[in-house]
Amino acid sequence: MAKGPGFRVLPSRALRDLGLSMTDTDNEIEDLPAEQLPLDVWHRAHGARMVEFAGYEMPIQYEGIVAEHEWTRNHASLFDVSHMGQLMFAADEAGACAAALEALLPADLANLRPHRVRYSMLLNESGGILDDLMVTRLPEDSAADFYMVVNGATKWDDIGHLREHLPDDITMTHLDDWALLALQGPQAAAALEVLVPGVSDLGFMQAASFDWAEGKAAMWISRTGYSGEDGFEISIEAGRVATFADALVADERVKPAGLGARDSLRLEAGLPLYGHDLTEDIDPVSAGLAFALSKSRREQGGYMGHAACMVRLEAGGMAQQRVGLALEGRLPAREGAQVFAGETLVGTVTSGGFSPTLGHPIAMAYVETEHTGIGTALELEVRGKRLPATVVPMPFVPHRYHRKGA
Amino acid sequence: MPRYFTEEHEWIEVDGDAATIGITDYAQEQLGDVVFVEVPQSGTMMTKGKEAAVVESVKAASDVYAPISGEVLEGNAALEDDPALVNTSPEEEGWFFKLTVADAGELDGLMDAAAYKAFCESL
Repeated sequence: MAKGPGFRVLPSRALRDLGLSMTDTDNEIEDLPAEQLPLDVWHRAHGARMVEFAGYEMPIQYEGIVAEHEWTRNHASLFDVSHMGQLMFAADEAGACAAALEALLPADLANLRPHRVRYSMLLNESGGILDDLMVTRLPEDSAADFYMVVNGATKWDDIGHLREHLPDDITMTHLDDWALLALQGPQAAAALEVLVPGVSDLGFMQAASFDWAEGKAAMWISRTGYSGEDGFEISIEAGRVATFADALVADERVKPAGLGARDSLRLEAGLPLYGHDLTEDIDPVSAGLAFALSKSRREQGGYMGHAACMVRLEAGGMAQQRVGLALEGRLPAREGAQVFAGETLVGTVTSGGFSPTLGHPIAMAYVETEHTGIGTALELEVRGKRLPATVVPMPFVPHRYHRKGA
Repeated sequence: MPRYFTEEHEWIEVDGDAATIGITDYAQEQLGDVVFVEVPQSGTMMTKGKEAAVVESVKAASDVYAPISGEVLEGNAALEDDPALVNTSPEEEGWFFKLTVADAGELDGLMDAAAYKAFCESL
């Protein structure tokens, strides 16, 4: 598992929490040597502390998680997310790709317009979430019909699932020689516009191809992210990514940030993390992600997991639901902490940590539905102590996505 | 006063039959921003190698083990209000707890400052 020098200090729980709570890897890949990202040398040269995550050596932090977190909320941070799986889907016949993917995803892909990005997921027959993902309809002059980004820790399972279930006339390409960067923060658009003119015209959840003239690199850029801030995700050839990263951080508004800040930012934004807040035992309705079950597809059906999701939607009969919890004091409750209503065990924390923006700990938990009302007082057990917590709305920190005309 | 270091990145400063325990600058650097420290209460009997304190950074909870045995004399109350002292002054104001030295023999084999520095450089 963990190999970096960051893990040699204070063994045991540091290993477990930093390692396992940041690692979604199954045992089978723990024994394989970690792979290096295209920016590996770049990260080390910028002072990153590297840890193993999803089978890759990745930067967990540069100058410090809180500093990077706050920089992202106020300026712009560059995250390397090249471990994620970038997939392209193509078919000769018009409409074949949308139809094939619609058999596996609950999104309305047939009516998704070119350049539009949707949050979606892969479901199993029981409605359990195999992965959550972003899918984009490519413009008509593209070599493929859809572009999909899936989680790094699950990408090999996803590829296997897709290969097994997609018909033979669909060509799936894994873009494993393309890097993926995320530039996030209120100054991301202004900073990226300098290098890539026109990029700030993209609306939230839109994507397009751009050229970076200086590096003669083609890029696919989406106005999306995982921080709750405005920002972009930039797909670029691995061979060009270091030069482009240099150009980005040459702007004084941009600093590199690691996985630690990525995690604390997404937690404040109320965004679930696959492997923790979402698993194949959790369905989209219980996860509070019913918006990803598009209206037309609810009625039409025809996707894996549809029947199971409909039962939960119609009956409203979820045993537990994902909620946000605000804690008093400073002691964080981590993943696995038990949630109590009085003496009754009513749930489990799936993500938790200290919120740098709010100055107190926050958590996501699955809690029995009758205890999920906003304002409900609950207790979290940490090392034998009961910490008072209150059910609060998510996001914990308001989203500040780019809205046209806003 | 002699100061000893462990491979678990703790420091022990011995003053007669009492000792002050903390974590080293290297350790705080590895942990990152500390948001909470749980120190033992006075009167607690510590056994060498057992969990003595917990330090929570933004991302992780880490155990601090008792590097020697003894009875806790005092936990550092200042850490309750200002846990970041562990980051800003790990080897002075950010000490964790003081305890009696039950067995001075347990100090044998611990590193001095020079040996600890070499140990960190080897990591």
